[in-house]
Amino acid sequence: MVSYELFSEKTKMAELVISNPKLMLTLSRFGIDLGFGDHCVKEVCDKANVSSAFFLLICNLYTNSDYVPSCEELDSVDIDTILSYLSVSHRYYVEERIPHIEHHLNRIIEACPERFGKTLKRFFNEYKNEVANHFRYEEETVFPYINSLCDDSAKKQFSIREFESNHSNIEDKLGDLMNILIKYLPADIFPKERIEISFDIMDLSSDLNCHTLVEERVLVPFVELLERKCYENK
Amino acid sequence: MKINKILIAEPSPIVSAGLFRFLEDSNQLQVVSVVDNVDDLNDKMIIYTPDILIVNPLMMGYTNNNIIRQINQNYPDTICIALVTTFIDKNLLKYFKETIELSDNKQKVTNKIFALLNNNDESSSQNESVDLSNRETDVLICVAKGMTNKDISDMLNISVHTVITHRKNIVKKTGIKSVSGLTVYALLNNLVEESEIYE
Repeated sequence: MVSYELFSEKTKMAELVISNPKLMLTLSRFGIDLGFGDHCVKEVCDKANVSSAFFLLICNLYTNSDYVPSCEELDSVDIDTILSYLSVSHRYYVEERIPHIEHHLNRIIEACPERFGKTLKRFFNEYKNEVANHFRYEEETVFPYINSLCDDSAKKQFSIREFESNHSNIEDKLGDLMNILIKYLPADIFPKERIEISFDIMDLSSDLNCHTLVEERVLVPFVELLERKCYENK
Repeated sequence: MKINKILIAEPSPIVSAGLFRFLEDSNQLQVVSVVDNVDDLNDKMIIYTPDILIVNPLMMGYTNNNIIRQINQNYPDTICIALVTTFIDKNLLKYFKETIELSDNKQKVTNKIFALLNNNDESSSQNESVDLSNRETDVLICVAKGMTNKDISDMLNISVHTVITHRKNIVKKTGIKSVSGLTVYALLNNLVEESEIYE
């Protein structure tokens, strides 16, 4: 059943994490450690010097995919917070989650007949490149554009909608990998390891989905407001 | 212009009233009756013989598909749509042409209905087989070798459009969307040799 209850500043941090354990994976990106006792979201965020408004936005989006933040909620965060969160998330995927999956996949690859192993490895390397390119495009093209909007030096050569439509889908290949592991790889190759890695892939895939939601529901509307302000003045 | 008669069968008045509101604006659709139990449903079917029946499968119990089978048999011209409000056995949904979910908005609901009205006969003939057909396998092999749709159409002597249809079915059947994923699939199934894929 869908829950329509959103988290608020007064929610106990522990309660929030227990009601959606996936959120534990986002805590480190905010620099928040476990062990918050009975403190509420606001207290924990203040202590870690994190904007509680933005933290709640992220937690609510990760928990309810139907959630659309209101204008007031968007207004209460600033662009630096959003961009730095997205960058930290990129690093988290590239430096932690993907290598973790790769490590397990390599063990499976070693156990495969050589020609299967080689193809799987090639497949995964292609995926890694695709992800890296995707993030690089955002960090080297999109984010600087947004910053130029903020300091009013932007020329009208780009719009955030365009960026959204260029947004390549980096989740497809993960789905393909799941299908290959579950359906098509010979049954006797590392059955236990395959189950574990499948869960890791699902986690990454759902995390990436949420990441896309953050871009679509927070970043894009936010930047559209900026664009309107910026271009109307000219 | 034909006006399509709709019968709604749904136990929750909130839901049926909401659905009614969605449909009342269209001048091609007319909700002739709203019922909340099976007996009334059978009565109204006889009275109206609607073009479309939107029914919550829950009304028929979780597993009893007799009622909907009977309706399909007795009223072959009535299009049955399931109004799904909770978890449901996927097999039961086979008896319906389409499903409407609680989260669907007005646009989506009417789109679904008009799509059904417009191709009443096309949708039923889809094959449900899971294995790739011979032709699909041919196309898959070409895809794995890195050929373009144009190359494939020339080589197999079929139109580009047909190639695309085959590719769509391959994706549907294997669950694999990317070209490199399909290459792995082809290799695992010994459809291609490694030497044919990578120079």
